[in-house]
Amino acid sequence: MRFKTATSPHILLETSVGQIMRRVLYAMLPGMAALTWFFGWGVLINLVIATVVALAAEALMLAARGKALALHLSDNSALVTAWLLAVALPPLAPWWLTTLGVLFAIVIAKHLYGGLGYNPFNPAMVGYVVLLISFPREMSTWLVPHGVGQVHALGLSNTLTIIFGNGQHLMPDGLTGATSLDVLRTQLGLGRSVTEIRNSPVFGIVAGRGWEWATLGFLVGGLWLVYTRAADWRIPAGMLGGLATIATVFYLIDPQHYAAPWFHVCSGAAIFGAFFIATDPVTASTTPRGRLIYGAGIGILVYIIRAFGGYPDGVAFSVLLMNIAAPTIDLYTQPQVFGARRG
Amino acid sequence: MSALFSFHGGLKTTRHKTESNQQPILVNPLPPQLTVPLRQHIGAIAKPLVQVGDRVLKGQMIAQADGYISAAVHAPSSGVVTAMELRPVPHPSGLSDECIVIETDGEERWIERQPLDYRQLHPSEVRGALRSAGVVGLGGAVFPSAVKLNLEGQGGQLDTLILNGAECEPWISCDDRIMRERADEIVAGLHIMVHLLQPREVLIGIEDDKVEAIAAMREACAGTNYQVRAIPTLYPSGSVKQLIKLLTGKEIPVDGLPADIGVQCFNVATAQTVHRAIDLGEPVLSRVVTVTGHVARPANVEVLLGTPFSALIAFCGGYRDGVERLIMGGPMMGFALYDDEVPVTKATNCILAAGAGIGELTPEQPQMPCIRCGACVEACPANLLPQQLYWHARAKEFDKAQDYHLFSCIECGCCSYVCPSHIPLVQFYRYAKNEIWAQEKEKQKAELARQRHQARLDRLEREQKERDAKLRQKAPRQAASTAVTPEADKLPIEAAVARAKPHRIAAPADASPASVAADDDRSEPNS
Repeated sequence: MRFKTATSPHILLETSVGQIMRRVLYAMLPGMAALTWFFGWGVLINLVIATVVALAAEALMLAARGKALALHLSDNSALVTAWLLAVALPPLAPWWLTTLGVLFAIVIAKHLYGGLGYNPFNPAMVGYVVLLISFPREMSTWLVPHGVGQVHALGLSNTLTIIFGNGQHLMPDGLTGATSLDVLRTQLGLGRSVTEIRNSPVFGIVAGRGWEWATLGFLVGGLWLVYTRAADWRIPAGMLGGLATIATVFYLIDPQHYAAPWFHVCSGAAIFGAFFIATDPVTASTTPRGRLIYGAGIGILVYIIRAFGGYPDGVAFSVLLMNIAAPTIDLYTQPQVFGARRG
Repeated sequence: MSALFSFHGGLKTTRHKTESNQQPILVNPLPPQLTVPLRQHIGAIAKPLVQVGDRVLKGQMIAQADGYISAAVHAPSSGVVTAMELRPVPHPSGLSDECIVIETDGEERWIERQPLDYRQLHPSEVRGALRSAGVVGLGGAVFPSAVKLNLEGQGGQLDTLILNGAECEPWISCDDRIMRERADEIVAGLHIMVHLLQPREVLIGIEDDKVEAIAAMREACAGTNYQVRAIPTLYPSGSVKQLIKLLTGKEIPVDGLPADIGVQCFNVATAQTVHRAIDLGEPVLSRVVTVTGHVARPANVEVLLGTPFSALIAFCGGYRDGVERLIMGGPMMGFALYDDEVPVTKATNCILAAGAGIGELTPEQPQMPCIRCGACVEACPANLLPQQLYWHARAKEFDKAQDYHLFSCIECGCCSYVCPSHIPLVQFYRYAKNEIWAQEKEKQKAELARQRHQARLDRLEREQKERDAKLRQKAPRQAASTAVTPEADKLPIEAAVARAKPHRIAAPADASPASVAADDDRSEPNS
């Protein structure tokens, strides 16, 4: 009897790129639910716009590159990019802003750099930074969270009108405002102490009101990602460890001028970035030790940008900067192979 | 020191041992024809001692070991040699190899068996007997055991002798059954190995899911200082490097051998054949094969070497529906066969008739790009960076692949197993290794040609100097003699020839080394 042959191994684990990416999407749900509660319909509308644009752009680029459409669309990587970017955008960002960012991320940062597995920079963060630099006003118009402002008064249809049309007149007064990191930054610039600033209503228990709950949601999802091994624990551990360490150092030097390490870890995009953005394996370092260093580098850069740079938060810039460093880190952090150590 | 060590990576795979290990070893009936390959071991192919038409007895040597690293081959049963020719053998290439075909007579008439008392013999005589008995490693590598049983090869002192009863591949259970049923024979073989190697300690490593085998081996080892150690059930714990690490904490150095760290390792079934070869005078004629997967009655079967796979499958009730791949060895490292009309050899530890089923055969998955997730890094027992190796192997950057320690890869398949992009990583590494070997061969050839060319130049230069010296010796005599002799007449001519010679030699120096080498083979008219 004759048989077909193939090379070993003949059995494989039931896993796929699509499954890993799907897990990332699932893991974002709790954090997104919290964001939606505190910042309204805009969060979900951004998500829908980003999803539709990303899938369309991905399909177009795959077709242009002659790739199997169904196979590569089902790897869910475009969806992850879209969601990461959507979460990072202000909830009432105009539709064209979201569209532009996603298009840039998928078409240029992902596919023109070689597509899945080959792009050196995190596509979502490239899209985000392009928007941040090109449209600073739109990108910094954040809403004040529910409980401080009247986000819930803004219904679905009004939100849609604001996002898709010229609905500025629909915006109730005091709906937009600075984030906690913004407040910290500007007030510190005015010479106020951290303790004084912390009394502002935008601050909650440990960090920004509303934000801290979203952060908790992302932490839960992120830990689940680590548990299921969809993300390597070393990257978030390195990043949060790096951020906390440098924040502690400055906090100990002058607690009235530098915010506490727990504030930094729980604020802005630190947790979200550590578990969902920095962990993008394609653009991160790929050696075990390298991932710790890569993460720590991001954490330290985030602090430097927050404390001394020109932006209130710096996850996107830090991730992109460390993306550049990843190949070099990999080169110098190769594990010792079996038998390299004598005895 | 009873603490176990651990190794990096590894897999918890599905086991599938109970399909075949729940019943005693069966014996396959004598087939009408045995096709015995002359190459059932690593090393030089055995030299045939019989001719077509010869009657042979069971156990008679039909081909002898050719050189130090080689092993003899014997008639597994009595009968007549009907053919000596190329026949398909179980090999990944699907190519044929030299085989001796024996028509069995059903009488099973033995040669005269000569049991030896190894205690009365010099170790080299025991090793010679093992080589003549065709004893090779039965774990699958089939390396001639006599070579490994030479204490001089270990620098005169061996720390640890290890018996490998790990059997970490899914589905395979032949060693499990041998240990359960023939523990005494294994230990008897072990005594001989200990006698030859004089190790400081003897460790027997068995995966902890083989409870009965561990118990049987412990019982057989009672009263000796051999220690049976239960090791974690974690593929590839049965790989030599990983097993030694688990049991001793030592790592075989890169490019090294177990002997370099004072360790030697043998399969349990090999120990049994050592016992039979010396204590009973029976050469290796059969082995236990696990026949499992999509067959009607999975079992462990004692099979004469040379028995066709098809006969063995038939003995186990034939294939069930849906067999897609016939695998010799386990699903992780075994290779797929084109055909079941190939003979059982000393390397055949398992025949897995694989169909679509959990842990049996994974349907082919479309390959996706590597996302550098690092699942392979976590799984790699050699502590490599498989994703980087893949990257460079794919780009044909073989020097870089070597920088990433390509040759430390043991091809265990862990990386491919866990890869979410379903990249056949091991295949890329095999490809890269083969390419590098081919390049090395080319380089060696060129280097040899260069050396020969240089040697030729040196020789010509030396001859030239000798001639010049002779000439100088003669010249004063010539000056002294005023008489013109015919001999003196010749001298200027000789000198002219000598002067012309370097030019002729210089010419091919610009040519490629290969053409020079070819030139060198021709006779030198002037010398």
